Amino acid sequence: MKAEFDPRATIQVSFNKIRQEGRIALMPFVMAGDPDIETTVQILLRLEEAGADLIELGIPHSDPLADGPVIQASASRALKSGTTISGVLNMLSSLKGKLSIPIILFTYSNILLSRGIEAFCQDASEAGVSGLVVPDLPLEEAERLSPLALKEGLDLILLVAPTTPKERMKRISDSSSGFTYLVSVTGVTGERAIVEDRVESLVEELSKFSSLPIAVGFGISGPDQIRQVSSWGADGAIVGSALVKRIAQAKPGFEAEEAAYFCKELREATTKNS
Amino acid sequence: MGVSKGKPISLAGSPNSRQLPLGIDLILRLGKTCELLTVNRNFSTDAKETELSVDVRPSSQGRFGKYGGQYVPETLMPALAELENAAAKAWKDTTFTNELNHLLHSYVGRATPLYEAERLTAHYSRANKGPRIWLKREDLNHTGAHKINNALGQALLALRMGKKRIIAETGAGQHGVATATVCARFGLDCQIYMGEEDMRRQALNVFRMKLLGAKVHPVTSGTATLKDATSEAIRDWVTNVETTHYILGSVAGPHPYPMLVRDFHAVIGQETRQQCQDAFGHLPNVLIACVGGGSNAMGLFHPFVEETSVRMIGVEAAGDGILSERHAATITKGRVGVLHGAMSLLLQDNDGQIQEAHSISAGLDYPGVGPEHSYLKEIGRAEYVAVTDAEALQALQLVSQLEGIIPALETAHAFAWLEKLCPTLSSQEEIVINCSGRGDKDVNTVANQMGSEL
Repeated sequence: MKAEFDPRATIQVSFNKIRQEGRIALMPFVMAGDPDIETTVQILLRLEEAGADLIELGIPHSDPLADGPVIQASASRALKSGTTISGVLNMLSSLKGKLSIPIILFTYSNILLSRGIEAFCQDASEAGVSGLVVPDLPLEEAERLSPLALKEGLDLILLVAPTTPKERMKRISDSSSGFTYLVSVTGVTGERAIVEDRVESLVEELSKFSSLPIAVGFGISGPDQIRQVSSWGADGAIVGSALVKRIAQAKPGFEAEEAAYFCKELREATTKNS
Repeated sequence: MGVSKGKPISLAGSPNSRQLPLGIDLILRLGKTCELLTVNRNFSTDAKETELSVDVRPSSQGRFGKYGGQYVPETLMPALAELENAAAKAWKDTTFTNELNHLLHSYVGRATPLYEAERLTAHYSRANKGPRIWLKREDLNHTGAHKINNALGQALLALRMGKKRIIAETGAGQHGVATATVCARFGLDCQIYMGEEDMRRQALNVFRMKLLGAKVHPVTSGTATLKDATSEAIRDWVTNVETTHYILGSVAGPHPYPMLVRDFHAVIGQETRQQCQDAFGHLPNVLIACVGGGSNAMGLFHPFVEETSVRMIGVEAAGDGILSERHAATITKGRVGVLHGAMSLLLQDNDGQIQEAHSISAGLDYPGVGPEHSYLKEIGRAEYVAVTDAEALQALQLVSQLEGIIPALETAHAFAWLEKLCPTLSSQEEIVINCSGRGDKDVNTVANQMGSEL
């Protein structure tokens, strides 16, 4: 089954297509299992319908070091609702054929280690996942893990921070696959009123090192910021806390609708010069 | 004997006596005698010499065997490198070591005594059985526990790095108080993260921190204990890394912290070594210390790791019992995983979600443990055991009444192991317990448990 398509390429193929459309990629983040797995299914389907290009799906962890209060709370709710790794992967398997945009899992090192890194990659790949983001995985480990993941058809997406020195930036973009995740703030995930100006030079710097697409995340909370990072040359924008908050505040039963509504608004901002 | 690579203090045979702190000159002079007088009996250990060398504790990648490492958000990586470099340079700089040693003496009150606990010894003495018991009196340090050794050292490092804002996590509040103390001493801005549950259990220490000018942030996420306070401190650091130094309080966290914190506490073991020499002319037979994150134990053990004649025992908190679900016996019951930036043994479920720890002592109530302890356990160099809340409470009362020393609840765990250990040791053996902290902060908890009203 895996041989029929090259999953290795799904993320890059998406970025290429989006680039040709004169847009940047809209990449919403949602937490699997918040408020429950059934609702997550609805949210994922509605996000695709509403124009999401790729979806970053969180697997909840009890101790999410890189996350601010909104996503921490979301992870806690997801764990309380009984979300497990197998539950998330089974849910994704059941969506095969119904969901066509790439799914990227966002989770922490201990979740991978606990299952065994190779086993995790195999299971994720079989569930139709295209990529992994692991914000607390050290570069040295990532360099070792990346070929294992690629063998399973998974892109291991690495993060660059505003504090990352240039030589290290090069090493990271050399090892990253799918795209490079540019963290726009020194800080944890969460909405910010503005995107710091230094992100512009970071995008420029990073694009010198590699032809991989660059997606900006952490602190992107609305259409204005998407336009901003788009004008700075980013290829994608990841919107997490702002969306997770809206889902959390939606009336029970209306989570997917709320997510779709917000996603449409964001999507309009992805067209260059919009 | 190995000479540590740019570490604070080397033992006998160090070529660089200028870097050595108090009392070490004596060791240098006595170095030869020291080796001659080493106890003949070799404590059996599976560990190979190459595994015990400081050169591999940690490796250049910050690993103790497979444990340790740097599992942190990318944002922190440059700060960890900066810290490692700053520490390496500082240890080689006599301005730094002189000031540290001066303050350890004049401000902290070091060297702390090695005290012969005669009545405790007599209590456990049977025909030819029952060792001589010595207490390394870290409870006599300024602020009442060993924690200030590290807080002071790291504050001096922060000053060298030009960072004026300090953050720290605290469980029992001892590390928070020590950090608030040194911040007051150096005029640094001090922000302490503490679990809401711990703030309730350790109200006295919360007030002490405030009195010292620190701001205490209650942490309500997760289990509202030390684990969550540590996560919150790390998040603060990710956000303010360019202006802030994080004084991590245990031998846990990402490299270089397990090494850095150990090295600042190694003065405990170094003094002990010299004091044993002075008191009975050879190395001790057994070392005992309580282990939560493991800083007081690592500080005591470190200078003895390569001396395989010395048995090292870490005592964990078994809470209601290790067969119950309410304990903090990470090494005894844990599984390999990653928490707070390091790979180590952890209490976790099958999915890798961190489980709640339980101990009557807030300082041991942590589901992780310093990576070097996991390593020492794995290579068979140190033994780890666990005692229950009830056993610790009993030991606390026993030591109070026999020695006139009220130990901290954490420390009481180490004392509690004497019940099982002493009957197995001969009267010729000398054991040193790290009396890591005093129990003033715990009197409310103890009174509650004993059914007394204060």
